[in-house]
Amino acid sequence: MTDRRRSITLVLACTILGAAAQMLIKSGATALPHVSGFIPNVLAMLSSPLLLAGYSFYGLSTVLLVVALKHGELSMLYPIIALTYVWVAILSVLVFHEHLSPLRVAGVVVIVGGVAILGRDKF
Amino acid sequence: MATPLSSMALVSFGAFIGSFGAAFLKAGATRLQFTVASLARNWRLALGVFFFCFSSIFFVLGLKEGELSVLYPMVSLGYVWTLLWSRIFFGERLTMTKLAGLALILIGVLMVGLGTERDPAVRGALNPSGQVR
Repeated sequence: MTDRRRSITLVLACTILGAAAQMLIKSGATALPHVSGFIPNVLAMLSSPLLLAGYSFYGLSTVLLVVALKHGELSMLYPIIALTYVWVAILSVLVFHEHLSPLRVAGVVVIVGGVAILGRDKF
Repeated sequence: MATPLSSMALVSFGAFIGSFGAAFLKAGATRLQFTVASLARNWRLALGVFFFCFSSIFFVLGLKEGELSVLYPMVSLGYVWTLLWSRIFFGERLTMTKLAGLALILIGVLMVGLGTERDPAVRGALNPSGQVR
């Protein structure tokens, strides 16, 4: 079961890296210039340092996830992956001063519960 | 600050595209070997990365306006599709437990979406020609 333990640790690291990536990506997306057309938008994204930094973090977390998936079932790792939603909600309030209405907090809790339940299933 | 419906639509579409990334990453991961030749030949892994990159374009377009605390939870809609692909491509069983999890995710996303006030002025980042503004 050391493989399973290692997978869980790796996925936990993924959630923290992934939440940090979302902060950079949101900051970069908000700062994007308003251009028209699909290609100009993609080019604007590719020249945004914040987006590139965010996706570097995201890429690193994806590589860790791939390594974790080699030894663990996708469904087993769901509950831990779901923690990302909690980190992002907390950081959205702290970093971007977004207002979390009670309905939204409840919604995030229900989503995390749903994702966790997916992982409880035997396969 | 309000979150436009168009942003929610873009992020939801990104989640759909991204679910193909998850499926191909899983297919590639089960065949993963840490040799250069094996990694270079692992086209499933490469395709998985491509789908994630492609989906992120829609995600970032959606994030240009609106709140992260509303839009990020919509990424969970990808699980709905991932479960479907797991059933179709990997033969994983679609049990009552999984269906219950799916139902909760959908209800949660609906709650998060309804928990935001909407400003009609910022609705519709898509113009009539379907191009992104």
